[in-house]
Amino acid sequence: MDFAFAWETLVSLLAAVPLTLQLAASAILLGTVLALLLALARLSGIRPLDWLARLYIFVFRGTPLLVQIFLIYYGMGQFPAIRHSIVWPLLREPYWCAILALMLNTAAYSAEIIRGGLLSVPHGQIEAARASGMSSFLVFRRITLPLAIRQALPGYGNEMISMVKATSLASIITLMEVTGTAAKIISETYRVIEVFVVAGAVYLLINFVLTRLVGLIEHWLSPHLRQPRPITSLSQGEPA
Amino acid sequence: MSASLSASAPVAVSISDLHKSFGPLEVLKGISLQAREGEVVSILGSSGSGKSTLLRCINMLEVPDAGSITVGDETIALKSLPNGKSRPADRRQVERVRSRLGMVFQSFNLWSHKTVLENIIEAPIHVQKRGKAEAVEEAEALLAKVGIADKRNHYPAHLSGGQQQRAAIARALAMRPKVMLFDEPTSALDPELVGEVLRVMRNLAEEGRTMLVVTHEMGFARDVSSRVVFLHKGAIEEEGTPADVFGNSKSERFRQFISN
Amino acid sequence: MTEPGLLDILSFGPGGWGQALALGALMTILIAVAGFLIGGVIGVFGAWAKIAGNRPVRILADGYTTVLRGIPDLLVIYLFYFGGSAAITAIGHWFGAQGFIGFPGFLAGACAVGVTSGAQHTEVFRGAFRAVHQGELEAATACGMPRMLRFRRIVAPLTLRHALPGLGNVWQVVLKESALVSVTGVVELMRQSQIGAGSTGLPFNFYAIAAALYLAISSISSLLLQNAERRFSRGMRRT
Repeated sequence: MDFAFAWETLVSLLAAVPLTLQLAASAILLGTVLALLLALARLSGIRPLDWLARLYIFVFRGTPLLVQIFLIYYGMGQFPAIRHSIVWPLLREPYWCAILALMLNTAAYSAEIIRGGLLSVPHGQIEAARASGMSSFLVFRRITLPLAIRQALPGYGNEMISMVKATSLASIITLMEVTGTAAKIISETYRVIEVFVVAGAVYLLINFVLTRLVGLIEHWLSPHLRQPRPITSLSQGEPA
Repeated sequence: MSASLSASAPVAVSISDLHKSFGPLEVLKGISLQAREGEVVSILGSSGSGKSTLLRCINMLEVPDAGSITVGDETIALKSLPNGKSRPADRRQVERVRSRLGMVFQSFNLWSHKTVLENIIEAPIHVQKRGKAEAVEEAEALLAKVGIADKRNHYPAHLSGGQQQRAAIARALAMRPKVMLFDEPTSALDPELVGEVLRVMRNLAEEGRTMLVVTHEMGFARDVSSRVVFLHKGAIEEEGTPADVFGNSKSERFRQFISN
Repeated sequence: MTEPGLLDILSFGPGGWGQALALGALMTILIAVAGFLIGGVIGVFGAWAKIAGNRPVRILADGYTTVLRGIPDLLVIYLFYFGGSAAITAIGHWFGAQGFIGFPGFLAGACAVGVTSGAQHTEVFRGAFRAVHQGELEAATACGMPRMLRFRRIVAPLTLRHALPGLGNVWQVVLKESALVSVTGVVELMRQSQIGAGSTGLPFNFYAIAAALYLAISSISSLLLQNAERRFSRGMRRT
């Protein structure tokens, strides 16, 4: 194990981490918005909306991400109409194509996670909210959504880690994120094992930090699931 | 108990010829009932008699197929649908009426992600648009009244069943309701916790609150209510003061019911 | 020359790509099956290590699953392909051969898919074993069944029952992962549609057809799995 080489590799790969994070973060943020819409469409009770959402989820979960990326990056260029439209400068760039593909992909998986969260909210608590005179919107905002988020968080954390790993496919359409940089170094030096170990370590580090962050948020959002703090004389109010 | 209640007290809730079916099953077959201010009406009946459905129609958690509901001076406007069902015509009206009723559920239904205090101030602040300081002050008083002032910052999961139900009662009271609706408030409680909840309900009755209580607790029905209604298969089989109903009931079914 | 329409592409005649795409799809299934089976074997050992192993063995298994669930599959494919190629090239040079010798893409792909799905298989089998009622296992021990027999007749079938849904999920993942093996040059469905797209200048058509074929394989797999689940669940009480 050549430590000098490993160190050089580490430096190169760390320089590529921001791109990996940008791709993942953009895809997750945009994808979440779309996922929420899809989940609501599936739960709306309006048949055509439900079926449309189901079709979307079926297609994007049933086909490989690579095919989706190629369809957008290479496939869109087949149509003169798109090549001459205003979105072409965007769709021509591998960066935006990657984000678009990743976002559409994660939305399909996240939609099911969000839907599960929304369905898991105990019906009785929703009834109590309605019985207090809350409008549907208020019930959703104050009761349903907060409880759904708490329920969906672990599954969502997993999906975010999947997204970080998925950014590696962007290397196939020339983006130099961590995997792309690693592949370049391998093809130049043939030092496969060292590069693999360093690259793997970089991804593991990113995912470790991500997992911790999600855990922190989970902890912050769930005091209602932990043991209560003992009541000291300082925190006691006036005698009942 | 409330024997001196004037018969000219204003009508708090009026139910007229209520019908409700679930699919082919007719659960309410034309029920009419009135509760005046200050009355405590106990609704008894075996399962399937429709008593919970009746209560839930009052605040439109179930929508009756036919009939009318009036709370105070406001009659809930219904719109009939082509399939024979109905739905409320004015969403805002329903929300407004609901904010004047306080409901206590069999399974408490406290909001699990909020502390007890937060549960109590939620509707006053967000539905009735009252100020936070005022809501908190009133909530503290209510917590003391139901006897769980020291649990104000606890989450529902950390409370016993009896404590949770008392918190739920405080939550309903915080809305300053004209009428309190209780849907089998003690049925989900362990026997030794039932007493503390009945005590709170009894105090409310003695204060002169208007209460409609669906219950299996015969003691409460007999000792605390001003009127008892016995429902059987969707119709009122027996109605009157506790003395009348428990002493000289005309219905054989009712006598069988209370002997079980 | 007129642009070939969609149906022309799909035709099986001389000008059509139907045959090539069908062969590509077949290759995809072969890679996926090979990877799935390799992963299955790894998964059995991994689950056994986590359930019944001593501390160092358990730590090893935990390390394996943690690492493989945290790194991109593409990186593992590169490891096996470039690593294998480097190894073979070195061996070849030792024997006097010149230049770069590529490790067979199919083998690299199947091994990579096997190693990454092995981590998922481990978790599926571990969870499935935990779902088996311990009482049924105790009964087998109590009537004197030796360990191997007990595993074969009781533990394995019961665990498999509970593992089926999870295995179905892993299969779907493996199917999609096979598309990544195209980077090694193996002509499975993804690579074949790339070739077609390049040759005809109709990338959208080819990738859309590829997507449809993946969906078809995935849907048929789902149906077969549902069938198998129903057969295996005879007599199982729905909890």
